[in-house]
Amino acid sequence: MATVWFCLLVFMFAMYVVLDGFDLGAGAVAFLVARTPEERGQVIGSIGPLWDGNEVWLVAAGGTLYFAFPALYAASFSGFYLPLMFVLWLLILRGIAIEFRGEIANPLWIDFWDVVFSVSSLLLAVLLGAALGNVLRGAPLNEQGWFFLPLWTNLRVGPQAGILDWYTVIVGVAALLSLALHGALWLALKTEGAVEARAKDAARLVWGGVFAATIVLAVLTPWVQPHVGERFTSQAWGWVFPFLALAGLVWARLRLTQGRALGAFLGSCAYLIGMLATAAYGLYPYVLPATTGESRALTVMNAAAAEYGLRIGLAWWIPGMLLATGYFIYVYRSFAGKVRPEGNRY
Amino acid sequence: MNTALTVHRLHFAFTVTYHYLFPQLTMGLAALLVIFKTLALRRDDEVYDRCARFWARLFGINFALGVVTGIPLEFQFGTNWAAFSRAAGGVIGQTLAMEGVFAFFLESSFLGLFLFGEQRLGRWGHWLVAVLVFVGSWLSGFFIVCTNAWMQHPVGYRLGPDGQILLESLSGLLLNPWAWWQYAHTMNGALITGCFVVASVGAFYLLSGQHEEDARRFLRVSVVVGAVATVLQIFPTGDFQGRLLAYHEPVTLAAMEGLFRTENGAPLAILGQPDMENRRLDNPLVVPRMLSFLTFRRWLAQVKGLDAFPEVDWPDNIPLLYYSYHIMVGLGTFFIAIMLTAAFLLWRGTLFRSRWMLWVLLLSLPFPYIANTAGWTTAELGRQPWVIYGLMRTADGASPMVVAGNALFTLIGFAGLYALLSVLFLLLVYREVARGPEDEAVTGAG
Repeated sequence: MATVWFCLLVFMFAMYVVLDGFDLGAGAVAFLVARTPEERGQVIGSIGPLWDGNEVWLVAAGGTLYFAFPALYAASFSGFYLPLMFVLWLLILRGIAIEFRGEIANPLWIDFWDVVFSVSSLLLAVLLGAALGNVLRGAPLNEQGWFFLPLWTNLRVGPQAGILDWYTVIVGVAALLSLALHGALWLALKTEGAVEARAKDAARLVWGGVFAATIVLAVLTPWVQPHVGERFTSQAWGWVFPFLALAGLVWARLRLTQGRALGAFLGSCAYLIGMLATAAYGLYPYVLPATTGESRALTVMNAAAAEYGLRIGLAWWIPGMLLATGYFIYVYRSFAGKVRPEGNRY
Repeated sequence: MNTALTVHRLHFAFTVTYHYLFPQLTMGLAALLVIFKTLALRRDDEVYDRCARFWARLFGINFALGVVTGIPLEFQFGTNWAAFSRAAGGVIGQTLAMEGVFAFFLESSFLGLFLFGEQRLGRWGHWLVAVLVFVGSWLSGFFIVCTNAWMQHPVGYRLGPDGQILLESLSGLLLNPWAWWQYAHTMNGALITGCFVVASVGAFYLLSGQHEEDARRFLRVSVVVGAVATVLQIFPTGDFQGRLLAYHEPVTLAAMEGLFRTENGAPLAILGQPDMENRRLDNPLVVPRMLSFLTFRRWLAQVKGLDAFPEVDWPDNIPLLYYSYHIMVGLGTFFIAIMLTAAFLLWRGTLFRSRWMLWVLLLSLPFPYIANTAGWTTAELGRQPWVIYGLMRTADGASPMVVAGNALFTLIGFAGLYALLSVLFLLLVYREVARGPEDEAVTGAG
């Protein structure tokens, strides 16, 4: 049962990364693809009615993590205290920037919020990637199952770990690049005119970076976390996930060259899902490895809530998520079509 | 006292108090928006649609702030209250996750359509979307109150071998009798905030001679709903909450009432200052025997005072608890007087000309916010020294590895960020109120 919830949780985080990923990515590339305030309005208009719902996936995934794996939630949230608080502040600033930008038609006001929006999107992408890097590398859990990591030490991956070391920084940069690609492909799909053309150029530009970052991660991760390597050597079927990621990435490039924005965007979705599933599969059964000895690691089993709660949780989670999926399909259909530079309210 | 614990408590108190300034209005307004939309349909009255559009704009601003200040609360259970979360996450994580799955998805999906899709949806479609937003926001309130009610009055659990608190009955958790009275009281409180805000803006427009057609509708709806809601706030919802306290948390009731000694025929303190040094109420103004009657429906019933309980189980800030409670009840009583008087004038047909009454309504704007905040302060301080009543002390719930300095850093960060949000919020609300309800049809462009 705990493994079922581990899979559901990975599903929710993957949904979050795919959905909020495109609006974070759109923010990260906003100044690259949009030169005027009107064009940036077009960028924000393409995510305006959707970003809030996308972010709910993070809240719902957090809630699910909380009740299914309370020990993991407690240890990791208090251990990664400072960067999580930065994430919160950035989420606040970003949400406010999107919602309040269009309230006052003053060029200074709009420029200010555009910068806030873009910078906070960019930093969030890096921080979320670094967070994943930290989970892969593991944390110095003590005997009681707690830890507290400083922001950085000497940037080396060693016993004196910090939240930022060279490995987690690389994962953060890789996350930024892949979300920038994802966001650029979203904009290619959802906008028209100059922004669409520049978004396609940006996607072509970033693609090479994403490809290189993927190779680097594939080499480094099993070295930083040997458990991942063991998982993939012991059981062959897990290779479908990295294969999915690679196929998605290549597909995105092919479709982009053919000018098929939807296919390219879906390829990028497959890439993100494949990468996250690869990481999750590689970690399992760990949910947070310990750098202080294997016995202290948090696993799917020792971090999970009691059996009754997990079973009864499924009874409401499944219908609840079916409803939510229904709303999403309805809302995305309602806001289907391309966003023009003029006449949108953001 | 332990410094880190104090900072963690202030951290949560500050962020949750600030957050609740926004949802109390959006939950109240969500209900009033449904009423505006229903009246527009039933009476085929375009002006009610225009009223709804105006309040929807203010709803949107409040909602955005409610969302961005709400996310930190869920995170803080893990960041600042890790020991509590590890022990109780299997129980309260259920309701918090349900809030995300059932309420937030619904709310966030349909709010955009409600705010910007009026033309595309048609009148009935738009009405339905308003109802869905209302259901989403009130469901969200339910799951949060349910979580809090479990901390006040834990049910449906058993204790595991290593101090884990294990969920034993989800229906027990959701049907906690405490939750249902607390929910009724909380949501009605939100409705009162909504009514006073709508009435206050209506009074402002009438007094300053603008948008009078809309302002009369604001007042009609808010005064009628407000008159009912303010009465329900004291009885039965407040009354039953008080009686639940008397049975399950008698020490909290004694502290709230400033009752230091156990008495038969205990008096109800209206005014007075708790004097912790001398264990008495200074300058008391009391109604004899009233507390016994209100609590047990008998004039001479025995009500336990603080002296009946060991001092380690007393709430740790009795004066603040006492004042919060008295401010809440005192304001609640004033609200009834204001709303009933306004309703009487409305019925007589003179409300829109009674400048003094309009002034009272205009100036009453901040008070429901104060009353709701005082109410939550009462609930949270009253539960002390427990984080889960009778099960886990607050001192044992904080994150063991997050030291005072780190927590203070982020508390200061939140204070600065929220100061900025406050300025932006006031600026934008001022602009919307100055702009007022307009005829411009909302564009359907997404």
